[in-house]
Amino acid sequence: MMEQWSSHLIILPILLPMVSAALLILFSRRNYSLRFGLSAVSTAAQFAAALCLLQLVEKDHWSGGIGVYLAANWVAPFGIALVVDRLAVLMLLLTSVMGLGALWYSYVRWGRVGVHYFSLFQFLLMGLNGAFLTGDLFNLFVFFEVMLAASYGLVLHGYNSVRVRASMQFIVVNLLCSLLFLIGVALIYAATGTLNMADIAAKTVALNATDRQLLHIAAAILAVAFLTKSAIWPLSFWLPTTYSAASPPVAAMLVLVTKVGIYTVLRLWSLIFSHEAGGSAYFGAAVLLWGGVGTIAFGLIGMYASQEPGRLASYSAIISSGTLLAVISYGQVSLTSAALFYLLSSTLAVAAFMLLIELIERIRNPAAAMLALTMEAFAIEDEPGESAGVAVPGALAFLGLAFAGCALIMAGLPPLSGFIAKFSIFHALLTEHAETTLGYSGWTLLILIVVSGFAAVLALMRFGVRTFWASPVSKTPRLQVTEAAPIFALVLICVLFTVQAGPLKRYLDRTAASLHAPQGYIQQVLSQPAVPNPGGAP
Amino acid sequence: MEAVLALSIGVLFGSGVWLVLRPRTFQVITGLLLLSYAVNLFIFLMGRAKLNQAPITLTENIDPAQFADPLPQALVLTAIVIGFASTALYLVVLLASRGLTGTDHVDGKESA
Repeated sequence: MMEQWSSHLIILPILLPMVSAALLILFSRRNYSLRFGLSAVSTAAQFAAALCLLQLVEKDHWSGGIGVYLAANWVAPFGIALVVDRLAVLMLLLTSVMGLGALWYSYVRWGRVGVHYFSLFQFLLMGLNGAFLTGDLFNLFVFFEVMLAASYGLVLHGYNSVRVRASMQFIVVNLLCSLLFLIGVALIYAATGTLNMADIAAKTVALNATDRQLLHIAAAILAVAFLTKSAIWPLSFWLPTTYSAASPPVAAMLVLVTKVGIYTVLRLWSLIFSHEAGGSAYFGAAVLLWGGVGTIAFGLIGMYASQEPGRLASYSAIISSGTLLAVISYGQVSLTSAALFYLLSSTLAVAAFMLLIELIERIRNPAAAMLALTMEAFAIEDEPGESAGVAVPGALAFLGLAFAGCALIMAGLPPLSGFIAKFSIFHALLTEHAETTLGYSGWTLLILIVVSGFAAVLALMRFGVRTFWASPVSKTPRLQVTEAAPIFALVLICVLFTVQAGPLKRYLDRTAASLHAPQGYIQQVLSQPAVPNPGGAP
Repeated sequence: MEAVLALSIGVLFGSGVWLVLRPRTFQVITGLLLLSYAVNLFIFLMGRAKLNQAPITLTENIDPAQFADPLPQALVLTAIVIGFASTALYLVVLLASRGLTGTDHVDGKESA
């Protein structure tokens, strides 16, 4: 009985948002607190489910910490398998935490403008959770599409001409990516005859030369699709326009959508092209490394060039993508674990910054013209939020402190978690290559990471000085507690990462170790037996 | 048969890419449609081209070479539905953009 309960827990992070999104469509627009309550409960339940999964994975409930759920009770290469391991749990936790933050933030204003915000939000969570859990390539495509369809709707949320224009480009880029994704999946099927990730990895070792070529072509095409989503240079042109146009809670979630691309690259690359993969070992590592290096360079130039805070945050997200891809490309346990630490802290910080921007904008231009337009479009008579909730005392101090916190993490300065992340990347880079030389690519990466940190410091400081010191603040902006609290919570989590860096890093070490020993994953997935027929065998 | 199919995929894909790179939204959406046709045909062919053969049988002990691969057919069905839905969504955004900006240029303004 216990066994059954725990195995069904794996599919819960997909079912919860799906059911609640479907329910949310039914409720009328009038019943705001009910809709908000339902989506909050659903997101909190996803968080709880992720915590339970973490317990099960950590307590070795499943052997090797990898749980497999056969969705239609067909054994692995034939049916769709959902797989939960340490990395998946980590991403599920990150998703639900950020979902809670963004949802909380949108309570005051953004949930009210436009229709179906909450159901789209739940569908986005469903796509994200599904993409992290699935062990099947085509199923991954389906969850990507769920996630993207929801994100198209959310980018358009709070409908105005800037957002429509941005989402036109966003949608076309993503549709093209999806087509490339399909071509890649089809080619992989042609080369290996399977779409189960574990089975692909198992078959890769014994491929003949022709099929191996085909597999490499397929992997390259798939990589273009994933790397466009994770905004590698030169495929990152769509990101700043979209992110700076989207409404703040949506932009915060989009930061995570970029990381899904990185997650997929990490998952598939470490599984299929691991050191055990024979003739395909580390295929494409150089492209990932130099692509990542180029992305960091592009991001730091963009950060210098941008005046607008939304674009500043977007370029910071690009830098973080580039760093992650370059560091992952080494395929070493210590580097991957450092990269995961960096992923956690930079994602949370950039997301918090995306939310903070709107509040800071109230100092800079109090007449939020864009919002007024939005309100008009949906004919909301009563100005929402002005009476509801409690205002934050010392709003300016809060804004300044939160800004400083985000900036420190994004730039990677001590004492917050950004510094620990970068320090562990440097440490891993230098110790991993202690006996051999680091090579000019490694030094380029190291120097660029340092320079990008400086660039972030300068660009953010320029923005901060201009906002908090140079501009004459005539009246302190009004902040709602529900707007300030999620930002505070996200930054606080980063502070916790700093304080609890040891246990977290040890967990990430275990995650990276199991990622780079894919035999465990492959065996666990392929040996999972189907549940016997309760009526007895026929 | 392979040559004809390969050529038609190539022509569809090429035309699609050209149209997607055009500046008018209607051309872009037509290009996306052509591209998705090309990709759907492509997926279909990845189960190897076979004529007049059943995809599924209930009898055991068969020679798999005598049957068409059913999996790409299932995949292509899913891909068609998803592609159709997201293209339809793009059509709505296209119309909204036309209404808001008064132009059908992809940048929302006529190039100077």
